[in-house]
Amino acid sequence: MAEFRMPSLGADMEAGTLVEWLVKPGDEVKRGDIIAVVETQKGAIEVETFQIGRIEKFLVDLNTKVPVGTPIAIIQTEGEQAAVPAEPSPSSELPVAPAPEPRPPPLLAVPPVPAVVRAPSPAHGIMPRPIASPAARQLAAQHNVDLSSLTGSGPNGAILAADVERRLGPTAPSPERKRATGLDLAAMRTAIAAAMARSKREIPHYYLEHQIDVSHTEQWLAERNATLPPDSRLLMGALALKAVALAIRRFPAFNGFYRDNRFESSTAVHVGVAISIRGGGLAAPALRDTDQLSLDELMHGMRDLVQRTRAGRIRSSEISDSTVTVSSLGERGVEALYGVIYPPQVAIVGFGKVVTRPWVVDGAIGPRSVITITLAADHRVSDGHAGALFLAEIGKLLQEPEKL
Amino acid sequence: MQQAAARTDTVETTYREAVRAALRDALGRDNRVFLMGEDVGRYGGCYAVSHGLLAEFGPERIRDTPLSESGFTGAGIGAAMAGMRPIVELMTVNFSLLALDQILNNAATIRHMSGNQFGVPLVIRMATGAGRQLAAQHSHSLEGWYAHIPGIKVLTPATLEDARGMLWTALQEPDPVLIFENVMLYNMSGNLACDAGAVDIDKAAVRRKGRDISLITYGGSLWKTLEAASVLATEGIEAEVIDLRSLRPLDDATIMTSVTRTRRAVIVDEGWRSGSLAAEIGMRIVEQAFWSLDAPIGRVCSEEVPIPYPRHLEMAALPQLPKIVAAAKTALGQA
Amino acid sequence: MTGIDVRKTVLEEINNVAPEVDLATVDPAADLREAIDIDSMDFLNLVTALHRRTSVEIPETDYPKLVTISGMIAYLEAKLG
Repeated sequence: MAEFRMPSLGADMEAGTLVEWLVKPGDEVKRGDIIAVVETQKGAIEVETFQIGRIEKFLVDLNTKVPVGTPIAIIQTEGEQAAVPAEPSPSSELPVAPAPEPRPPPLLAVPPVPAVVRAPSPAHGIMPRPIASPAARQLAAQHNVDLSSLTGSGPNGAILAADVERRLGPTAPSPERKRATGLDLAAMRTAIAAAMARSKREIPHYYLEHQIDVSHTEQWLAERNATLPPDSRLLMGALALKAVALAIRRFPAFNGFYRDNRFESSTAVHVGVAISIRGGGLAAPALRDTDQLSLDELMHGMRDLVQRTRAGRIRSSEISDSTVTVSSLGERGVEALYGVIYPPQVAIVGFGKVVTRPWVVDGAIGPRSVITITLAADHRVSDGHAGALFLAEIGKLLQEPEKL
Repeated sequence: MQQAAARTDTVETTYREAVRAALRDALGRDNRVFLMGEDVGRYGGCYAVSHGLLAEFGPERIRDTPLSESGFTGAGIGAAMAGMRPIVELMTVNFSLLALDQILNNAATIRHMSGNQFGVPLVIRMATGAGRQLAAQHSHSLEGWYAHIPGIKVLTPATLEDARGMLWTALQEPDPVLIFENVMLYNMSGNLACDAGAVDIDKAAVRRKGRDISLITYGGSLWKTLEAASVLATEGIEAEVIDLRSLRPLDDATIMTSVTRTRRAVIVDEGWRSGSLAAEIGMRIVEQAFWSLDAPIGRVCSEEVPIPYPRHLEMAALPQLPKIVAAAKTALGQA
Repeated sequence: MTGIDVRKTVLEEINNVAPEVDLATVDPAADLREAIDIDSMDFLNLVTALHRRTSVEIPETDYPKLVTISGMIAYLEAKLG
């Protein structure tokens, strides 16, 4: 018997609202199946299970907001008898499917898996629903303000009427035109504010930058894309992601999580892709096992991720799994960006736009396409020397696109 | 006498003198009114409130009684039922417990028990509160207990105007009215209009306007609370101060109007915290203004000990300015 | 491939990429990347969609001709014509 709990979809998440079940009692589920949609500050998120078994029953009604860690369904796991005579359900009498992985619940095997609920901060146990005064609740209800999108200024972070009023004030959310459902930019801004403030408060960042000549890479890309229909073309961003994913395998001090005063390196490489949302939002969902993906798979995954992020449908594992983040400003940005690390990660790699610069090649000056790669890393975990080697490795890999 | 003075004229007086003026006024205006109690006549009153009245009105109307609170309170009840308008003075609220049987079982209930055939238009005055090093037999604040009893009214004049004006209105009531005079107020001096007279006894009064928090209090604590509001004002906190004036019935409307606006309340009550009047007010706020609250309701009450005799301990046991300021700041999240 | 309303197709696909933008307010001669804040991924998605709808090959080297709404329409009309 396993309890399926409201997952923590980010360090700053305290509660989520269950908005949709995608399974019903009696359904067989396996690891990775999407079983519910949860509304959070980051939008509607599809939540996956990490259990193999059968949904026994739901514990939480739809549209109920529950704290992270609250059991929301019971999953009868492999080989178990139903604790009570199961409600008649079509599948209850079927023989149990053979377990592909006859191991203990896999959620303990992989450290960054989100179904294991972590308290948002060590000081608290499971957080209750947002603490808000009656006045704040009344005001929020009258104006349809989601309390969980607010940061409380009261004792213990309690949300007060003034906090709601601030939201309703000059910065009151203007009615967004045709904004995708599940995307609450104000809530997202609050989440970004919390995560970034925490990052700058807790993480001693250090910054490095490295300029490399990507003329060859550009040429390779142009030649490759010239023969392909648009949906098979690659973007420089995909190459950059792959280069980071491959490089980081050799530099594990940049891949993982700093929690409870210690760093846990991750063996898996899940690169978070910073995706901006028009109107002022940002999310960095993970492209899982980035280092294992071919360039085509990676490009396809990236497109899918961008599309779903902008539509407000990200999966739970994508939100909390990223082991490192890559931010790329594309062709219109500036030459270099110095990122803010997304806690509890320990590094963020930035790619500026490709610019044409005079460059010395083989003793002669010529125009070359140059990109600036930056690293912001957590000095509690790594030092500048390791960071420099990591950046150099990324640059080297990016210059040899045929090997990516 | 009052007509002789221009309406705008004031006279400097004390709370004690204001109470005495009220007594004199009542005795002069209504022949059915008489005062009785321990030492009210020849001695001039334990707190010298009735000093001089024996000479002015004579022993028929200013009556010294034996040391038997139950006996003379009962006599007052009987006189009231028979048509008089007695004012019974109990020396302190602690001693009033000896008359509690008369007050609760007779005065408060006779209209009900007699099927409305009899009423008890009786006024009982007594001193309450601590601060004069009179130790645990003389210093408690039990007015909150009396506010528990249906059938009576409980008044707590805190200002010169109320000390002067509440008695006459109370004497017009058809049922018993208890008036609690805080011992620390008797020496309080100030200006009182020469034509000051009867005042209402139904409404709480907003003694200071403010938008940030409602400080709800009565009696002797009013002045500490007003002082606290001044201190808070220096830190940019605008506290509203409500003087309850009547503990039974409570003026819910004034309380809720204020709390609904300020969204925060601290109740300052010299009674002990457990089962206190502060608890009753807090609960009413929760019942009637819950959705307006922006912070937990705070209370500043006396420490739950018999009021100590040593001055420093007595001071420490009572609601004091720093505690009121701290409670207000806590409610405002500034502690 | 005649009968394709190129203007309508272009506007529809831009709308799919940036649904919250009111295209009536966009200058047809403005660089779309600036005017409606689309990035290389959006642009690639737009090109992909236009290719799917019109079957016009749109090589990367032609991208500079497609940065405005009017340019996009002109380009596709020329190819279809």
